[in-house]
Amino acid sequence: MTKNDNMLLNARDIKKIFSTKQGLLHAIDGVSFSIARGTTLGLVGESGCGKSTLGRVLIRLIEATSGSVSFDGVDLFNLPGHRMKEMRRRMQIVFQDPFSSLNPRLNVTDLISEPLVVNGVCNSRAERMQRVYKLMDTVGLARRLHGAFPHELDGGRRQRIGIARALALEPEFIVLDEPVSALDVCIQAQILNLLGALKRDSNYTYLFISHNMSVVRHVSDIIAVMYMGRIVEMADYDSIFAEPVHPYTKALLSAIPIPVPGAVRERILLEGEVPSPIDPPAGCGFYSRCFCREDICGQTTPELAEFKLNHSVACHLAKKGGCG
Amino acid sequence: MSDPPLLDIQDLVIRYEKRKGAVCAVEGLNLRLERGKTLGFVGETGAGKTTAALGIMRLLPEPPGKIVSGRILFNGENLLDKSEDEMRSIRGGKIAMIFQDPMTSLNPVATIGDQITEMISLHSDLSRRDSIRKASDMLDLVGIRRERAGDYPHQLSGGMKQRVVIAIALACSPELLIADEPTTALDVTIQAQVLDLMKGLKEAFSTSLLMISHDLGIVAEFCDDTAIMYAGRVVEYASTAELFGNPIHPYTRGLFGSIPSITGGKGDLRTIPGLTPDASNLPPGCPFQPRCDIAGPECSKEAPRPTEVKFGHYCLCHLNRGENQP
Repeated sequence: MTKNDNMLLNARDIKKIFSTKQGLLHAIDGVSFSIARGTTLGLVGESGCGKSTLGRVLIRLIEATSGSVSFDGVDLFNLPGHRMKEMRRRMQIVFQDPFSSLNPRLNVTDLISEPLVVNGVCNSRAERMQRVYKLMDTVGLARRLHGAFPHELDGGRRQRIGIARALALEPEFIVLDEPVSALDVCIQAQILNLLGALKRDSNYTYLFISHNMSVVRHVSDIIAVMYMGRIVEMADYDSIFAEPVHPYTKALLSAIPIPVPGAVRERILLEGEVPSPIDPPAGCGFYSRCFCREDICGQTTPELAEFKLNHSVACHLAKKGGCG
Repeated sequence: MSDPPLLDIQDLVIRYEKRKGAVCAVEGLNLRLERGKTLGFVGETGAGKTTAALGIMRLLPEPPGKIVSGRILFNGENLLDKSEDEMRSIRGGKIAMIFQDPMTSLNPVATIGDQITEMISLHSDLSRRDSIRKASDMLDLVGIRRERAGDYPHQLSGGMKQRVVIAIALACSPELLIADEPTTALDVTIQAQVLDLMKGLKEAFSTSLLMISHDLGIVAEFCDDTAIMYAGRVVEYASTAELFGNPIHPYTRGLFGSIPSITGGKGDLRTIPGLTPDASNLPPGCPFQPRCDIAGPECSKEAPRPTEVKFGHYCLCHLNRGENQP
């Protein structure tokens, strides 16, 4: 990997364990990665793999059980509350569902100016209005909608409000938690284009969380594949798609329906479903569904290790040249 | 004369009557589905896909929904002339439907075995014992162990619930299966399992399938023919290979341009500007004209009529009538 000072965010061995009635739920089970300034890390995985929890833990919306995050050299998890509030201006989040993440009783102006008010950014109402209009222009919301309420707007426009709120404080780092999953394909493309343009213009650093492989490929520089609270494979977007090593990544890629009729593809159909993350058994989390498991896989958990330059895999069989 | 197609929809118009006026949800729908074939129905939210499917099943909430005109010929008989009693025996028996969300389409207080058995005993003369046995066979068929017949829906995962829904739908060997976004609520590896199962069962039961989806990938893989819907109209209709290989309507092209590729470049997506129009306030002429990049003066004056651009390839566009393609 590149030199450390280029990294905006370094996460080391993050764990998050929820205590439930049934036992301990290992939502994130030892995850480490770095995100370089101005790049996008795509986090993919299926429901319940811990990707959203990870996004929230990184910016301390949920406190981690253990591990550390350094953001621009500052140790986030040990910051006292008032310092954390200052740091939050530099890191923002856009949520998946623009229908439930906006207060239905606030209009567009109130929604977008809320972060400005909370952080006391603008002195006067006029100045604040100027900022709100500028943000509306940036995210492609017509100014005439400034008095509209969320229920009057469609999903795409609501998501634009969510993005404007995140941009209001001019952050460096934005967690995008499934920002386009609730949207139709044309609107999804409009929002993806907007996010791409914002990044080109302002050099934001994104953590892009999604279950949609083709969307993640489109926006990401590096892609991390999660399964059962762990990163099982991480590489640049091209390598992941061209030479997937982990059997789960292979299965995930082969399961994407591609819009080319008659395309001949070998589909890897996984047996069964994701096991429960409550008190998981020893060994590789993918053991029960893996199509090329060996004895060692059920005994020890494989660590994420460099398979080749800038391509890491957590699989016992990777060293033997992979599987399948 | 050859046999009539299994399903032949002619000039179907469905409106929702509201206090503010009528909303035209489906406008002049013409579709044919041959026996044993699969037809894909693609469109965005509000395009009228589900309304059309509910119309075929005569399950529209009436009022406000109303089938204004048209004919729905199933095996040559117009479903719109059937009485409610006749429809009840067709639904579930000859035409079955799979809904998008398996969490809400199963009864939470009945076991899955009972729910399949209920379907079988409603539509066949089997004894209670035989119905129960057949229900267990159906569970086996969709890959759920028959011992789980006594489970309640909440004990199953999303993928398994959708398998149960499929078992219920296929229990009476329907001739037509309408699947409304059957895998949208599922994860991609589970979606692959369910689609694989549906493909196998469709062949085993020689069922025709009307597949509603917004995912062009699924349609490409699954369907023989594809219809693209926009604002209640089928704007383009052809065999899947022809439509994907040679999309003509500007909306279809925009739809394809909006999908991020898993192999190609990563530049901006060629999407369609603007939003789907409000169905109660459609623009004059062609409903797509305000967003269209090739619209000419005639497009806002008159609504286009479907023309056969090529053999079996229909397009609803003034500027694409076959002879003057861009």
